[in-house]
Amino acid sequence: MIRKLNLRAVVIATLLAALLLLPLYTSLTGDRFALTLFTRIVILALAAVSLNLALGYGGMVSFGHAAFLGIGGYAVGILSYEGVGSGFVQWPIALGASALFALVIGALSLRTRGVYFIMIPLAFAQMAYYIASGLARYGGDDGLTLQNRSSFAGLINPSNKVQFYYLCLALLLGSIYLVWRLTNSRFGLAVQGARSNDTRMRAIGFPTYRYKLACFVISGTLCGLAGILLANNTDFVSPAIMFWTRSGDLIVMVVLGGMGSLFGPLFGAVALLFLEEALSRITEYWQILLGPLLLLVVLFARGGIDGLLKGARRG
Amino acid sequence: MTLFIEQCLNGLQFGLLLFLLAAGLTLVFGIMDLVNLAHGSLYMIGAYFAATFAAWTGSFVLGAILALGATLLVGMAVEVIAMRKLYGRDHLDHVLATFGLILFFDESVRLIWGPAGLSLPLPSWLQTPITILPGIQYSAYRLAIIVVSVAVAAALYFIVMRTRLGMLIRAGASNREMIGALGINIKLLFTLVFGLGAALAGLAGLMQAPILTVQIGMGENILILAFVVIVIGGIGSIRGAFISAVLVGFIDTLGRSYFPDLLRLVLDRNTAATAAPALSSMLIYIIMAAILVVRPEGLFPASRR
Repeated sequence: MIRKLNLRAVVIATLLAALLLLPLYTSLTGDRFALTLFTRIVILALAAVSLNLALGYGGMVSFGHAAFLGIGGYAVGILSYEGVGSGFVQWPIALGASALFALVIGALSLRTRGVYFIMIPLAFAQMAYYIASGLARYGGDDGLTLQNRSSFAGLINPSNKVQFYYLCLALLLGSIYLVWRLTNSRFGLAVQGARSNDTRMRAIGFPTYRYKLACFVISGTLCGLAGILLANNTDFVSPAIMFWTRSGDLIVMVVLGGMGSLFGPLFGAVALLFLEEALSRITEYWQILLGPLLLLVVLFARGGIDGLLKGARRG
Repeated sequence: MTLFIEQCLNGLQFGLLLFLLAAGLTLVFGIMDLVNLAHGSLYMIGAYFAATFAAWTGSFVLGAILALGATLLVGMAVEVIAMRKLYGRDHLDHVLATFGLILFFDESVRLIWGPAGLSLPLPSWLQTPITILPGIQYSAYRLAIIVVSVAVAAALYFIVMRTRLGMLIRAGASNREMIGALGINIKLLFTLVFGLGAALAGLAGLMQAPILTVQIGMGENILILAFVVIVIGGIGSIRGAFISAVLVGFIDTLGRSYFPDLLRLVLDRNTAATAAPALSSMLIYIIMAAILVVRPEGLFPASRR
């Protein structure tokens, strides 16, 4: 399908070009802060993309995705602390741990419906938070400093800011591509069908429980990947990474950007972090503005930024 | 033995406090079908109001009564300004909007009362321990919390099951449109119910305030426990909330005090000491998971509509 040149396509192209060219800008101006900020935006956008797969396409309101950030981050942190520095070992273990956690939580919460689903991942994420706070060997409440970033035997050097930024960006674009392929596959259509009408999908022979569970596990694993990157980016991981307000931030990004749209989470992550920067310049108490703003978005702009770009699509 | 009885009472006290919080949540969910994450903020606001009013009037009891009224009003204002527009919307909308409210409340409190915590001092008559059994003393204040909570739970039962207002509330829970069609002012009813839930949360907050400090975010951790309570008890069921709140209170309190000792029987001393804090905080969630495996709708599911 050939799309016409529209506002949305232009915005997406501009945003992607800006993201790709950012290191050039920072090396010309020497603006180190912008690179750090954008690495963070790209990583959180990856987390939002993963949540969007479960929330936007699967209709699973997971208020516990920050737990996966924490699990990915802690897997890297703990392995590095115990002397395993190789990313080839760290990353698969971290991803496996996230997938396993997603499998367990998903299997439990998908047995229930509706509002239970919101609370169960939330409760388990809080459990993960308390466990991390109780890990005295790995810093407990204070968190764990990474001595070294994951090493990839010279293939790529995550300690180099520009290389790390491009690694994150590549993984973000890769996961957007993955989500695009998934949602247009038979699997993805079945999951979206289950979101619209679960009973009907089961009636025509789809075991929706397994489909949704698989979707949740993929989503959790991708979010674990974001956690790995986040820990490498800050060289630090602490229980705060999976505090429940972080899960809330991720949901805000997805909804602000536009649920169930491919680039929505990216818009949302950029918008939220920029909003934070901008509002915190107006007042120290910037959340007093952000809160009501969220309320207004919920009440009046359901499609989020993507919906605005597409033209009025009221939900 | 003394310690065991004391811990049991602590568990009961904590459980009843959780019930006050969970009752408001489950009431609001059962009747308005509204998921209110900002319930913890009302708990926090109750505590802040109590600390302020108590300092202002110089009396703990008077401060608490004024704080209850104020929290009730804040709750009703929140309902009229924000919640009313959310009924009938998707649960995700509720989650997001009330998450926004949490940010707003936390930051407002920081703006008004400052970032440092407050303390709510107890009057001397609540500070002296009471002899409950020969040789066993227990904190008068915690005992007072138990008494007040049980009284409130009984009053709640009476209001919901025996009064006209309660009849309307139950009718609203089973069929909103129908009682509206019968000429009941459903808007007012919802505002009242939300205010009632807010007052219950505020009561829990102000009663917990002298034990812990009054600080920003105090409502958020306990809110998640209250979620666990209503998930275990069955969402929308007040009876389920009561039983599971007491259960959770006991398990959490006793787990934290005795689980490390139990662990020491199986593991060596060092491993037990490192694993215990993490494991005992997991306990309640593991029990929740186990209950969900057996009964996905909770122990006492409210009747389906």
